[in-house]
Amino acid sequence: MTASVTSRRPGPRRPPERNVLENETLGTRLHYLRRKIALQQVFAELFEKRWMEPAIPLTLLVGVVVFFSVATPGFATPENLLSSAAELAELSLVCIGMAVVMISGGIDLSVGSMFGLCNILMILLITLGGVPVPLALLLTLFAGAILGGVNGGIVAYLKARPFLTTLVTLIVFRGVLNLLDLNFSAQTATVFVLDPMWEWLGTGKVAGIPFSFVTLVVVLLIGHVLLSRSRIGWHITAVGASRRAARHAGIKVERVLLLCYVISGALCALAGIFYAARLSSASARVGEGLELNVLTAVILGGISLSGGKGTVWRAFIGAATISLLGKGLLLMNVGGEVLQTALAAVLIVAVGLDIKWGKNRGKAIQKTYVNPTLLRYRPAPDVRRGSGSAYEVNDRLLGAEAIGVGEVEGPEDVVLDSQGRLYCGTRQGWILRFSGRDFEHKEIFARIGGHPLGLGFDAEENLVVCVGGMGLYAVSPDGTPRKLSDETNRDWTRLRDDSRLRLADDLDITPDGKIYFSEATTRFGMADWILDGIEGRPNGRLLCYDPATGTTRTVIRDLVFPNGICSCHDGESLLIAQTWLCRILRYYHSGPNKGRLEIFMDNFPGYLDNINRSSDGGYWIALNGMRSPAYDLAMRMPSFRRRMMKRIPRDEWLYPSMNHGCVVKVSEAGDVLDTYWDPGGEAHATITSMREHDGYLYIGGLENNRVGRIKLSGSGAAQVDNRRPQSSARPVSVN
Amino acid sequence: MSAVLARFRPRSGVQLSQEQVVLLVVVALFMVFSFVLDGFLSVNNLLNLARSVSALGILSVGMAVVVIARGMDLSIVASMGVATAISIQLMQTQASTPVALLVGLGVVLLMGVFNGFLIAFVEIPALFATLASGLLVYGLARTTVLDGLIAELPGDRTFVRWLGQGAVLGIPVPILVFLVVAVLAQFMLGRMRTGRFIYAHGDNAGAAALTGVSVRPYTTIEYMLSAAIGFVGGLVVAGSVGGLNTQVIDGSLVYDVLLVVVVGGISLVGGRGSVLSVVVGTALIGVMLNGMTILNMNTHEKDIVKGLILLSALVLDNRLHPRDEETVRQGD
Repeated sequence: MTASVTSRRPGPRRPPERNVLENETLGTRLHYLRRKIALQQVFAELFEKRWMEPAIPLTLLVGVVVFFSVATPGFATPENLLSSAAELAELSLVCIGMAVVMISGGIDLSVGSMFGLCNILMILLITLGGVPVPLALLLTLFAGAILGGVNGGIVAYLKARPFLTTLVTLIVFRGVLNLLDLNFSAQTATVFVLDPMWEWLGTGKVAGIPFSFVTLVVVLLIGHVLLSRSRIGWHITAVGASRRAARHAGIKVERVLLLCYVISGALCALAGIFYAARLSSASARVGEGLELNVLTAVILGGISLSGGKGTVWRAFIGAATISLLGKGLLLMNVGGEVLQTALAAVLIVAVGLDIKWGKNRGKAIQKTYVNPTLLRYRPAPDVRRGSGSAYEVNDRLLGAEAIGVGEVEGPEDVVLDSQGRLYCGTRQGWILRFSGRDFEHKEIFARIGGHPLGLGFDAEENLVVCVGGMGLYAVSPDGTPRKLSDETNRDWTRLRDDSRLRLADDLDITPDGKIYFSEATTRFGMADWILDGIEGRPNGRLLCYDPATGTTRTVIRDLVFPNGICSCHDGESLLIAQTWLCRILRYYHSGPNKGRLEIFMDNFPGYLDNINRSSDGGYWIALNGMRSPAYDLAMRMPSFRRRMMKRIPRDEWLYPSMNHGCVVKVSEAGDVLDTYWDPGGEAHATITSMREHDGYLYIGGLENNRVGRIKLSGSGAAQVDNRRPQSSARPVSVN
Repeated sequence: MSAVLARFRPRSGVQLSQEQVVLLVVVALFMVFSFVLDGFLSVNNLLNLARSVSALGILSVGMAVVVIARGMDLSIVASMGVATAISIQLMQTQASTPVALLVGLGVVLLMGVFNGFLIAFVEIPALFATLASGLLVYGLARTTVLDGLIAELPGDRTFVRWLGQGAVLGIPVPILVFLVVAVLAQFMLGRMRTGRFIYAHGDNAGAAALTGVSVRPYTTIEYMLSAAIGFVGGLVVAGSVGGLNTQVIDGSLVYDVLLVVVVGGISLVGGRGSVLSVVVGTALIGVMLNGMTILNMNTHEKDIVKGLILLSALVLDNRLHPRDEETVRQGD
């Protein structure tokens, strides 16, 4: 049965072609290839990335810049960009204010009027009031804050609707502005101020960059730190994300909301001041319809209407897009009306996308996350009674003694120490120890968390354990757990960061002390690993933890659900049980064949779980469920499985059956020697492991409420070494 | 729905509905103005007052339909203005009056469908959707269809002129049009299945959907209705001043409409109020505007006063019909 498949140099490697049978036609191979490519998966993983959301607006901005640089000759000139920078700075300041308000879950439509009002106020203070420029600046900023405070007060404390409130204050502020303009238009039309600071505000440059733009950068930096690193920023985000939760967490919601509107007002004032200084004039039309530009910019930048999400950078990106779009269209001699129309259309589309995306993002990722691929099996061996096959059903597990019935939940693996005490992991994240003549004494050996799966003792009698959801741990003989590893080297060719261990499954320790362990799947966790069975993709890997260096590295990646790991009797190779492929691989980690990967056994009648050495030089293999013709058929129809997942509820899907299986004993040569069945799975359903010790076979199951043991006939006297195999002893036995 | 329930509620002492309170305020304001302001209490002025606010009243009836269904149509003035301007522009050519009117009606209905689609199917909050769609339709019309800012009604189109300037038995036609629209809308809202469904939708959209109201198509119908009623108002405006200045779209007319609706007692939470609320609201705003005009206030001062009143009305409405502030969506 042993067939050499491939031999390559050591290092992270790919296993032999998944399960393409021999003598396949070219068509079938192409079919496999097509099923191997998973664009959907790439998209799903791409959209899961956090950087994906700002990436889209940024791409848009780059697109706008590139388009206008190519399409309009005057666009990419330094003069144009510098003059744009001043305008952009003013728009961006207003956008940042709007962004802060929107992150807090509100909206501020009155920004245009506040901008205009502060602009005229600044001019009037200087011309009419004769106030020195610095004082006028402060007063205007204060006035802006007051205007924002009016909005905030009504929204936060009187609990009015932000949208309508600010829509109405828009017209009230605009009315005040119009009145001022009506009465003082002579003073505001053009202003001559001979104050160096005024000059500096309007035309000053720092290293060639307009002063307003420098101010913007400062505001951006401060805003970024405030929003993402300070307490008040977190409060703002919390209020926007969930007002109720924020209140329950003790945040003073009203005060936070008020502050947001005040910030918006003050930033509008700042923008208005720069505008006033730049143009040295004011009119009633300043800032008219600005709210449309600002709203479009902010939403285009990716700040969600629903609140709680966004950064100042996104506001800036949006503002830059809108501002450059306006500038470019102006250079192309397109009228302002067209721009306004386009902005309204963009606003509708962006809001629609924002809402649909926010609502369906999770669903879309979930729907596209599982990507079935093609798996093809040979006909399963007959297991019926009287069939004469090696896997024939028998009743040998029926008489198994039960240990700890009802006291243990989900002992995936069992192991015995040198004193004959029994250890097993449980669903609660504990490791239980049974001792006494009939294992009647139970104690909690260690509490780790996660779901302890594969177990093994190292040379110092430490219990090494694979914890599903946590990684690789070691428990010292006195019961103190210690983390060995929870990460490995990342595969940089993947979008998804797979450095964390999500589902460490089984382990074995080689004679040189290295701990080889499997991670069954990197795409699913302890709760939904069965989905990996529907997918059938090579998502797992073989890892190696070296106690000498304390590091973990990936030995083989792209394995289809590697489950059981067993160091062979020769001490220089490993057996890797692949659950969904019903296949066992043999990997040489040292010796003359180092790096060689071959198929040890293939085409089991059921899904494989753990493997362990037997006392007589063979191996025990657990089958946690039997294959069925229906599911075998489903596995060669990926689109069928995809359709199944889309169209019917999850509890009606076809799954690989995980109900009753058996324990199979095989020889070193890969021949089936014996089977142990519990037909119907009455005491031992979903057998996931077995361990031979002192003439007994101990049986564990992932879903079981007991550990079972049966006395082995024949090899009763033999003893298997469950600790590290002696490198000298070839067919291991005798302690 | 609550209006129905209210009837069965035991009443102790004198309880006034919001309409009655507003009516009392109107009467009080009326009396004060009559004493204080010269030339307020004259038949001429009062007819003038009624005629000038009837277009506002018609628009408000349109707005009321969507507000009762817990919506908001900020694009009502834009679609009205654009459709009326297109109609008038057609009338300047050889097209017959009915054809021109039908085209205008088609434009507003299309606009209603667009709004309804955005709100019901794309699920954009009504405020955003209609704010943006109003700007969009105005911008589109300005850049493609409309010739200038002002569309002048040709003198031979007597029907439209009659709508704005005619009189039946001494009563100006705009007032009659307003009354007809109000009665029809009240009949539709109070007596027809569509109307009851609109109330159900506004009272509790989720419950309405569960009991079998096709909420999404109904949303579309509501916005179509609102836009169509708005178009009638636009024709009245066009008739009375002999044309339409599309700059009205940029102005504060939509705030007046909102003011009428909210002050009259059609709460923004939906499912409350009736066309009667619009009538008393229109009366209040009419008296107020007229008083302000006689006081010689300019547009900006009026805007400020109206804005402040609208602000207090919004706050008050929120006090009377509080929302669950912690679970509302943006734009509700």
